[in-house]
Amino acid sequence: MNPRRYGLAPAGLSFGLVLLSSCPSHFARADEFTKEDLARWQQEYMTVVDQGDRLFHGGLGNPNTVSCDQCHPNAANTHPETYPKFQKQLGKVAVLGEMINWCIMNPLEGEVLALDDPNMIALQAYILHERRGVALVPGRH
Amino acid sequence: MSMNRRRFLKAGGTLLAAGTLPISIVNASFGRSAHESFSFAYISDSHITHIKGNEFVRNWDRGLIRAISECNLLTPRPDFIIYGGDLAQLGTPEEIDHALDLMGGLRGKVHYVMGEHDYYLDLGEYWRKQLGPDHYSFDHKGVHFVVLNSILTYDTWTHGPWETPMARMKAMARLDNPNGSPFMVGAAQREWLRRDLDRVNRNTPVVVISHSPLQKIFKGWNFWTEDAEEIQALLKRFKTVTVLYGHVHQIQYNQIGNISFHAVMATAWPWPYPASYAQAESHLPKLTIEMNRADPFFERDATGWQMINLQTGNVDMHYLLADNRNRSVVFDRKLKRPLDARYRADADRIPPQVHF
Repeated sequence: MNPRRYGLAPAGLSFGLVLLSSCPSHFARADEFTKEDLARWQQEYMTVVDQGDRLFHGGLGNPNTVSCDQCHPNAANTHPETYPKFQKQLGKVAVLGEMINWCIMNPLEGEVLALDDPNMIALQAYILHERRGVALVPGRH
Repeated sequence: MSMNRRRFLKAGGTLLAAGTLPISIVNASFGRSAHESFSFAYISDSHITHIKGNEFVRNWDRGLIRAISECNLLTPRPDFIIYGGDLAQLGTPEEIDHALDLMGGLRGKVHYVMGEHDYYLDLGEYWRKQLGPDHYSFDHKGVHFVVLNSILTYDTWTHGPWETPMARMKAMARLDNPNGSPFMVGAAQREWLRRDLDRVNRNTPVVVISHSPLQKIFKGWNFWTEDAEEIQALLKRFKTVTVLYGHVHQIQYNQIGNISFHAVMATAWPWPYPASYAQAESHLPKLTIEMNRADPFFERDATGWQMINLQTGNVDMHYLLADNRNRSVVFDRKLKRPLDARYRADADRIPPQVHF
């Protein structure tokens, strides 16, 4: 492949320049981070988990008012550790987000979320947080 | 004239019913047992939910409607029906009225039990206005039945600094609320129970009906009654005791000394077994062989209602499961505990009964 023909080199170069110009005056070393960084990242993560917790417990605003926790207290019986798996009712291998949308559409009678919607990410963060420590068993039924 | 005709029809009806009873039911009275055999039905946990105006959550309505239809078809007719609590989701008059409208289609006498979803909005006021006392006892064909309100809790929680009664209701309606409070029967009702049982002979079969389990399984979801041991102690002198409860939306059974425990199903939705919550310890009775994991694509799956036979003084529980093979959990007189009629050893379990 000729990179010039696809205009990749100039695009890559200009992307690099933009990055350089947007960096703060000091240069962070990419492979080093501090305890403060870890604490901040954990806090960012927990903020999203807490948002997911609220959405899961009646915060989705679906008109029929049914909430996720009515069938899944503490997100139990959601089995995030088994996804992706063959979802026999859909006849294909599905990810957790598709099953979340199935629940939103059916028992909750609500509007589906894009898989990268911040609310979808928050719901998954909460569900996985309640399942932390459980071994991954993708495909398990 | 019309009275005579009515009497004649009534007598004729009784003869006809006796003529169509299955032989096994007619002959099932045991020699040493003073009471007649009979059956009753049990419907529980419908969680009728008001949306707005005259709209209610369709799914939960359908569960109760189906249970009522199937109970109306039971032959022979159950002597009465128990409604095991949580008629409503948030205890509003709209929800209780709508649920009772539906229950109006059920043929036969119904005895109601108070659930926490019926109670924590107005502390059971509207429910009692419609249905009467929340704890009582009655005798039927030689069996003593006691109904308790087991979903009370500490006064400090009930009368805490709630912004509105609905805030309190929603706090208790959330099963996994870390700021919830454990259920209890409480000292006043325990004293009432002690006095009620004082007049009952120890050989009389006793059936105690509550919303929460009168045993301790998992505090995090209130599969729990704080004063369970004290109530069990009051029941200890009786030869045959059965406790029936709702709330848990799943099959559970147990034997503690002389007391058999059975949970009944919900008509609305199933709960997971507590062991499927990885962050806490729980104590599901070892005797219990779990119901099948629910298939969410069938909205009545893992819901159900019950036909209960009282032939020996012990309860034989027949689970009528909406979307699974029915199950029976029958008292085994040799082992002196309830036993599933089909699933006995671990090897008999089927893959959907594995919960994780």
